[in-house]
Amino acid sequence: MYLNRGNKATKTGFGEGVLEAARKNPQVVGIGADITASVGMNLFADQFPDRFFSLGIAEQNCVGVACGLAMTDNIPVFSTYAVFAALRAADQIRVSLCYNNLHVVIGGAHAGISVGPDGATHQALEDIAIMRVLPNMTVLSPCDATQARIMTIQAINQCTAPVYIRFGREPVPDFTNDSVPVEIGKARLMNPGNDLTIIATGHMVWEALAAAEILKEKGVGARVINMHTIKPLDQDIIIQSAGETGRIITVEEHQMTGGLGGAVAEVLSQQHPVPLQIIGMPDHFGESGKPAELLEKYGLSAQKIAESTTHFLISR
Amino acid sequence: MIFHKCDRTEELKVIAAEIRRQVILSLAEAGSGHLGGSLDLADIFAVLWFHTLQHDPHNPHWEERDRLILSIGHVAPVLYASLALSGYFPVEELATLRKLGSRLQGHPGKDHGLPGLEASTGSLGQGLSLSVGLALGAKISHKECKTFCILGDGELQEGSVWEAAMSAAHHQLGNLVAVVDRNGVQIDGTTSHVMKLEPLADKWKAFGWQVVECDGHDHQALMEALCPAREPHQQPKVIIARTVMGKGVASIEGDYRWHGRAPSKEEAEKFLEELQHVSQ
Repeated sequence: MYLNRGNKATKTGFGEGVLEAARKNPQVVGIGADITASVGMNLFADQFPDRFFSLGIAEQNCVGVACGLAMTDNIPVFSTYAVFAALRAADQIRVSLCYNNLHVVIGGAHAGISVGPDGATHQALEDIAIMRVLPNMTVLSPCDATQARIMTIQAINQCTAPVYIRFGREPVPDFTNDSVPVEIGKARLMNPGNDLTIIATGHMVWEALAAAEILKEKGVGARVINMHTIKPLDQDIIIQSAGETGRIITVEEHQMTGGLGGAVAEVLSQQHPVPLQIIGMPDHFGESGKPAELLEKYGLSAQKIAESTTHFLISR
Repeated sequence: MIFHKCDRTEELKVIAAEIRRQVILSLAEAGSGHLGGSLDLADIFAVLWFHTLQHDPHNPHWEERDRLILSIGHVAPVLYASLALSGYFPVEELATLRKLGSRLQGHPGKDHGLPGLEASTGSLGQGLSLSVGLALGAKISHKECKTFCILGDGELQEGSVWEAAMSAAHHQLGNLVAVVDRNGVQIDGTTSHVMKLEPLADKWKAFGWQVVECDGHDHQALMEALCPAREPHQQPKVIIARTVMGKGVASIEGDYRWHGRAPSKEEAEKFLEELQHVSQ
């Protein structure tokens, strides 16, 4: 079992990552769309005011300006709520960013239903689907604050093309060990097991691990994989797990169509068909509520994931 | 045939005519594309590429070069003709416009490796934001280079243009010059019919820009207008260039139906004759 060192928001990990990268890399510049502290960019903005540019509530322009800055040898980081970053500015991301294949890091904050009381307008449940179909785009979805910090630094220092990194608002367990290397495009096996595989992303990795504990008491060995990179997708680990465990469940704070589940389905259906269950939002908008209440209602809590898993094992 | 930089209107007139000739030839060869705007911008492009812009066709990646972003990507033929006549690539390559495997994509595509092309564009309303980023990048790295952005007038109906305009003034980008191709027409008809833009100069002024209105076919006026705004205000500058769609080919001048059409081979021959008549 993994140890929770204390709850911490993944957006804080993102903000720490930007600051850490910027301290060593003078090319890093930041762009703000009014909600700087809310998306974790205040750490950078406070430390490097000369490299932080406020552009107001104008996400389309923010993406375009970031592209222009990237064309002049800067590494721009632009973060706003994922609903605005990935959807309001989608055409700018497609043409100005991805078609020009520029190195801009886009932070999609407040991703998922765990945003809570703000309700459906601010709960991004479609961003993975939209970002992952864009050519040249890398899509990251770290599981905790530590991984968010590490992957943000990698997105800035190692990547050379567009990156979308998704993170949440609610403080969640910070449990991964930062001495274990994280590699973009290589999923991580978090828990061994041979009865089935749970592939989770973002905050759902912790819930999946807790679900595996519940299942273990019932004698079910659930393998858990942290799919922190949605694109490029680690196909090898999916095919290997399909072969070794015969069944796959995906879990994400996202619509059931087009997200992690869709990506895994694309791999399995073409390369190694096995029964697959996708856990996510069933073509439905979110709503207000406490994060834990919403996870429970929409089947994304550890308990609900364990129940779904049990049904899945019996049903086929 | 390659032209060099100059500052005499007689020479610019010859260059503009040659740009128009190449635009007609390449579009007739392509069989599709946007003739009207490509023709009306020929004078502005002649002045930009052969007078105003600091650039080096032998060194397209020269760091200190001025940048030009073609926000209205559909008039790519006028950019391609200007680049070819500057010496960035062979003029013969203009005949590959819009064809499979060509570096001359229907709308500019940087991934095809055309020398001198700064960015992929074509989705309206995005180019000024790119230009603001370029100008801001030059400013923070204390470079002297300027950024020029070519906008269409119909394009100004996109709200994102005004987001960009606001940000350019806020960040005091005196190194940014926007040019509005004010031909007054768009696909569905006149801009005043589709969605009126006036009072256009007042709009830009209200957004904090220095505004110059001029005849977009007057080379002398364009040479004076296209220099960046003067310090100490550090205001970005916009040239509202009054143009006539299809300029140079009398039989189609002002006809909005030529916004998105290419001439047939027969029409092209006729247009080239009309063009020759004008330039003599």
